[in-house]
Amino acid sequence: MNLTLNEEQRYLKDTARSFFREKAPVAALRKLRDSKDELGYSPELWREIVELGWSGMLFPETVNGIEIGGSGFGFKGLGAILQESGHTLTASPLLSSVVLGGSAILLGGSEAQQQAYLPDLISGEVRYALALEEGAHHDPAACAMTATPTANGYRLSGRKTFVLDGHSAERLIVVARTAGSAGERAGLSLFLVDADTAGITRTRTPMIDSRAAADMHFDAVEVTREQVLGTADGGFALLEQVLDRGRICIAAEMLGSTRELFDRTLAYLKERQQFGVPIGSFQALQHRMATVFTEIELAKSTVLAALSALDEDSNRVPLLASLAKHKVSAVYELMSNEAVQLHGGIGVTDALDIGLFLKRARVAQQTFGDSAFHRRRFARLCGY
Amino acid sequence: MNGAVNSMDDLSPGELDDFRRDVRAWLEANCPDSMRTPASDEDEVVWGGSQVSFKTEDHRLWFERMRDKGWFTPQWPTEYGGGGLSSEQAGILAREMARLHCRQPQINLGIWMLGPVLLEFGTQEQKQTHLPPMARGEVRWCQGFSEPNAGSDLASLQMKAVPDGDDFIVTGSKIWTSHADKSDAIYTLVRTDPEAKKQEGISFLLIDMASPGITTKPIELISGKSHFCEVFFDQVRVPQKNLVGELNSGWTVAKRLMQHERQAMAHLGDEGQSPYSLADMAKQYLGCRAAEAGAADSDATEIADAVMRDRVAALDMDDMAYKLTLRRAAEEIAAGDDALATTSTFKYYSTELEKRKNEALMAILGTRALGWDGGLSDEAGGSFTADELAVTRGWLSSKVMSIGGGTTEIQLNVIAKRVLGLPSADDSA
Repeated sequence: MNLTLNEEQRYLKDTARSFFREKAPVAALRKLRDSKDELGYSPELWREIVELGWSGMLFPETVNGIEIGGSGFGFKGLGAILQESGHTLTASPLLSSVVLGGSAILLGGSEAQQQAYLPDLISGEVRYALALEEGAHHDPAACAMTATPTANGYRLSGRKTFVLDGHSAERLIVVARTAGSAGERAGLSLFLVDADTAGITRTRTPMIDSRAAADMHFDAVEVTREQVLGTADGGFALLEQVLDRGRICIAAEMLGSTRELFDRTLAYLKERQQFGVPIGSFQALQHRMATVFTEIELAKSTVLAALSALDEDSNRVPLLASLAKHKVSAVYELMSNEAVQLHGGIGVTDALDIGLFLKRARVAQQTFGDSAFHRRRFARLCGY
Repeated sequence: MNGAVNSMDDLSPGELDDFRRDVRAWLEANCPDSMRTPASDEDEVVWGGSQVSFKTEDHRLWFERMRDKGWFTPQWPTEYGGGGLSSEQAGILAREMARLHCRQPQINLGIWMLGPVLLEFGTQEQKQTHLPPMARGEVRWCQGFSEPNAGSDLASLQMKAVPDGDDFIVTGSKIWTSHADKSDAIYTLVRTDPEAKKQEGISFLLIDMASPGITTKPIELISGKSHFCEVFFDQVRVPQKNLVGELNSGWTVAKRLMQHERQAMAHLGDEGQSPYSLADMAKQYLGCRAAEAGAADSDATEIADAVMRDRVAALDMDDMAYKLTLRRAAEEIAAGDDALATTSTFKYYSTELEKRKNEALMAILGTRALGWDGGLSDEAGGSFTADELAVTRGWLSSKVMSIGGGTTEIQLNVIAKRVLGLPSADDSA
C-alpha cells in the first residue's frame, strides 16, 4: 500500500484540476440547473473526458487479444480525477456508467460480453446505469424485484429508485431476485438490459443536487439467459465488488468537494471583517477550522488507502471501502454544515456556491450507503 | 527521535544489506530471550541514570551491550558516545529490533529531548560534558518548564536566575516534572530579565539535582500514584557555564525542544494506548448474538447492543484512519513533502481519541469499571479483576494526555496559526 501519488498520477491530477476549473466550474452546474437541462450533465464535456482517456482508465487494453480501448492506468489515477471534479461539483457519467456499469461487465461478464459491451462503454457512445435501490436506504440484500424464470430466460417485475443517470442511459444493469426473499444475499442476479426494452418506464426525479436520478417501473420485462451478468442466483458477491468500487470512487469525489469547502471557508475567515478585525482571528472559529482540518486529513488517508487497495486487488478492499465511505461522508457533512454557519447570512443565500455543495453532500452521503450503513458493515467485516 | 545527525555518508544498497546482516546477527547473539517480549509492568522498564536498577541479570546484560555499541543514541556522533549511524542505518537497526521484538534497553528523556537541542545549541564544552554520560545512560534528566502560574501560558514563567559572580542564584518552583525525585539533573527555563517582553527575558539553564536548596514533592493524581512532582528551588547556586544558548534567548531553545517533546508524546501516546479491544470487551460485558449474514465466518457473533456496536465501530474506524494518516505523513516526509507534517495535528488527535476510547470502555464495563484499589497499592480491590481495575486507572490516566505536552487547545491554536495561517487576535498569542 502506498498513500502518496507518483509523478504520473500527480501530473494527471494537475491536468484534471485545470480541465475542470476551466471547462466545468461550479458556474456550469448552476447553468445546467437554471436552464432545467434534460440530461443532468454536459454532453460536450463528456466527449472531452472520453477524449482525454479518462473513461478507459479502469480497463485493460485488450480482452483476449481484442483491443477494447482501456489504458490500465488504475484507480489512484481515476480517484485523483474524481477528486478534482469534486472541487467544481462537476457531473458526468464517469461514476454511473464507467465505474458502476463498466465494473459490472469487467468483473462479471463473460469474455464475449466484455468484448461486445466494453468498447462502446469506454468510447462513451453507450451509457450505463445501475438499477439497484428500491427503498429509502441503501441495502443491496433488501432487493425484492423479481426475475421469474421463463422458457428463454426471465421476466423482470418491480420498481427501482435513485438510479443514477437512469433516465438517459442506453443500457441498464438491473439487480433482481431469481430466488430467495428480500433481505437474503443468496438469490440475487444481475441483468444487462437495453433501456428501451418493452415494459420499462423511466421517470427522472428532480434532486437537490441538480444531478440526474430516476425512478423505474419494470412491467413483465422479458430478458434472455444470455443477458445474465455472472452467475444467476449468485450475483450478490459481484454486486458488492461493483459497489465497493463505486463507494471508493464517490468518496474520492466527496473528498475534493470537502476540501473545496474548507478552502473557501478559510479564505472567507481571513477576509470578512467584523468588530474591526478579520473574523478568522477569533479563537472560537479557529478551533473549529483546526478540528475540521484534522478530520479532512484523516479522511484523505482513508481514500488513498482504499484506492491503493483497489489497484493492488487487495482482500482489504471491502473493509477500506467502508472505512473511506463512512469517514468521508461524516467529514463532508461536518464541513458542509460548518461552511454554511461560518459564512453566516451569505452562506444561506442561493447566490453563494456553498449551498450547492451542501446539497450535493447529502446526495453523495446517501449514495452506496451512508456513514451508519458503513459502520455496521465495518463491524460485521471485523467480526463483531 | 535520537537527534538527526548523519555522521556517515550515504551508503550503497549493498553496504546497507551488509549492515542489516551484521545488525541481525549481533541482535540474535546479544539480545537475551527474555528481552524479546514486551515489558509487562512498570518495574520491567529500565531508566538510565545514576540510580539505574535492573530487575534481572538479562536487563543488565541488554543495557550494557547496547550501551557499549553506542546504540542508546544510534545517530549521535561517536565523539559524544553515539553510534555514528546514518539515518538509513538507524532505520535498519530500529526495524531489526522491532522484528525480533527487542525491548528498548532503557528509557531516557534526556536523549530524546535535551540531546538534540544540545547538539544544535550547546557549546563544545557543554556537548563534551553532557552528551557522553547521556549516551551511556548514566545521567537521568527531567524537565522543569511549567510553573504553578505558567501552564499553557508558559512564557509567563517566574522562576528567577540572578547572576552572582560565575554563578546564577535560582529561586522559584516548577510543577508537572516527571520523575524529578529520581532524576540526576534538570533542564529548566528561568527568568533572567524581568523587564523584557516575556518571551525575551527567558534563559535555558541546566541544573544538577544534587545542588543544595532543591527539594521535590510527588503529586498524587486522580488515577492514583503518578510520576509527576513539584520541584522547589531555594537560592540554588548554578554555574553560568550551564546556560544553553545566549542569555535571554532560552525561548528559542525551548520551542525547538518542545517540537521534540510533541513527537515523543505522540510516540508515548501510541505506547500508552489502552491494550483492550473495545469489541472483545463489549462482547464480554454486553453480550453477543449470532451475526447477521455476511460476517467473517458462519459462527461469528456480534455485539448484542446495537448502540454500543456502532460506537465501537466508529472508534475503531477513527483509530484506523489515524494510523493511516501517520503512515501517509511518513511517506510524504520521505518523498520530500511536509504539507501535513505537523506534530500538533497528531498530538491533538491521538490524545483526544484515546480519551474517547477510554470513555467507551467505561461505558462497556458499566459498574465493573467503578472499582478502586486505592491507586497506591497492588492489592486487588474486592471482586474486581485486575483488568477491570486497570481499565478504571487507564481511563483516569487518559485525562492527562491531552493536557501534558501542550493542551489540546494549544495544539489547535498552533494548527490554526501555523498551518492554516489564520490571524492572531493579539501579538502575544
